[in-house]
Amino acid sequence: MIISIASGKGGTGKTTVATNMAVSLGGDVQLLDCDVEEPNAHLFIHPVINEVKTITTPVPEVDMEKCNLCGKCGEICQFKAIVVIGKTVLPFPEMCHSCGGCMEVCPEKAITETGRELGVIERGSRNGLEFVHGKLRVGEAMSPPLIRKVREYARPDVLTIIDAPPGTSCPVIASMKGADFVLLVTEPTPFGLNDLKLAVGAVKILGIPCGLIINRSDMGDDKVKIYAEKENLPILMEIPFDRKIAEAYSRGEMIVEVMPEWKEKFLKLYQQIEEMSFHKNH
Amino acid sequence: MKELVVISGKGGTGKTSLLAAFASLANRKALCDADVDAADLHLIMDPRIKERYDFESGHEAVINSDMCTQCGLCRELCRWNAISEDFIVDPIACEGCGVCYYFCPEKAIDFPLKTCGEWYLSETRFGPMAHARLGIAEENSGKLVSLIRKEGKKLAEKESLDLLLTDGPPGIGCPVIASLGGATATLIVAEPTVSGRHDMERVVELAAFFKVPAMVCINKYDLNPDMGQAIEAFARERNVTVMGRIPFDPVFTKAMVQGKTIFEFDDRSEGSKAVKVIWENLVKGLETSTCREQS
Repeated sequence: MIISIASGKGGTGKTTVATNMAVSLGGDVQLLDCDVEEPNAHLFIHPVINEVKTITTPVPEVDMEKCNLCGKCGEICQFKAIVVIGKTVLPFPEMCHSCGGCMEVCPEKAITETGRELGVIERGSRNGLEFVHGKLRVGEAMSPPLIRKVREYARPDVLTIIDAPPGTSCPVIASMKGADFVLLVTEPTPFGLNDLKLAVGAVKILGIPCGLIINRSDMGDDKVKIYAEKENLPILMEIPFDRKIAEAYSRGEMIVEVMPEWKEKFLKLYQQIEEMSFHKNH
Repeated sequence: MKELVVISGKGGTGKTSLLAAFASLANRKALCDADVDAADLHLIMDPRIKERYDFESGHEAVINSDMCTQCGLCRELCRWNAISEDFIVDPIACEGCGVCYYFCPEKAIDFPLKTCGEWYLSETRFGPMAHARLGIAEENSGKLVSLIRKEGKKLAEKESLDLLLTDGPPGIGCPVIASLGGATATLIVAEPTVSGRHDMERVVELAAFFKVPAMVCINKYDLNPDMGQAIEAFARERNVTVMGRIPFDPVFTKAMVQGKTIFEFDDRSEGSKAVKVIWENLVKGLETSTCREQS
């Protein structure tokens, strides 16, 4: 089973929920941090990393000995990533989406592929919990290809928990697509609600069952709850604002470490999700 | 005209609340919400939309089943696994590269332009505002960010305003890169947590990569003063100007719930006092072309 933890708005507590749930469940669990622009889960899990891999995406390289400057590569490219100027061909690797069109269309077979570095993937573990995250190279614009690479580490025989990035566009979709359940973490504020509605829209497009967690549930107003009821979205957990939790978080400590009684709540959260996705599939 | 872009790396550190507060304090400015993925500034600015436009960007492949002979070439060439066994394109998986459209021997694939959002020119109680809404699950957010910043600048220039205040997106990827290019300076809103520090370091690196002068302020400072100091030390090391500290103050949430800036809600709150100091430092910082440390 794959559970994706997303939010729309940033800073609502995705990583808190993902790490606490993963650690509470213990073995036969893997945590994939797909917020590759700003991965944070490792700061709480402290995994021992035993594999580091540089991830690249294919981009064109032109052999000018073979090129006859026909211009077909520039014509097919939708991303302005390769152009013929005068007597030369200029690839712009940072614009390239790696579709392979230019290489395929070149009548002289003058184009081959080399790699543009997207970032690294690190894999490790802590107390039987398997941990994988991607780190986007600073300056690299495209995160979805790296997110898809992180997701290739998902194993069907265990529970996979995905920590997704904020927002509702392509990186979030790449982190939710194909999940069995999406857990949306929100806060009861106008910003939280506005972005929650967008996130629910994205989950609906993908057709994945979802539930809510309301963080800092005693700050703000009750409009998130009214919305949840109207939309029939189950509220699976509420985490009240507690300065102790906030300060522990600031030091990189998890809720279940400073307040062990929360472990039971995270286990129950998982049970509820399991039941909900079971009912959906049977 | 100068442009200040507020970013953070980590989400939820208070970019939008701060930008709204600055809007209360700044003279002669226009506003721009470049967080097109999850735009929130309008919830405080309450804009009256004067002009509305479709955002058209990119294409999407559509297979015409009447003409398709199911030869399979498109499925073979598509690197996004976007074409199903019964030859239907999954619009979410389609990257819009056009390879299938270009090579289809039956010319059975259409490649229409996509409408993937809307953008608006509005009036607010603080001045003109450019903002946008990217369609849910859409791509090309970087292009929409570039467009909306350009429109924001036009709004400011039309009324001969001195400043464009731009609310940027979280992260370090394509929309953030698009929000930084050509900006006068960027203010990074950090929080004193392990995540806040980690993410701030990466976004400082990003600003340096694109040679945009960076300044930093720390929100919720008293949550972890040691971490706050560590962030400030890192900033100084990297020639990033430290603009000030904001205490943890529920006034931000209370003001937001009422759709107000913190100054409209309570201009004597601790949060408001701290933001005022930061704003004064920012004004000085923006005046000098190189944003050096305020003494």
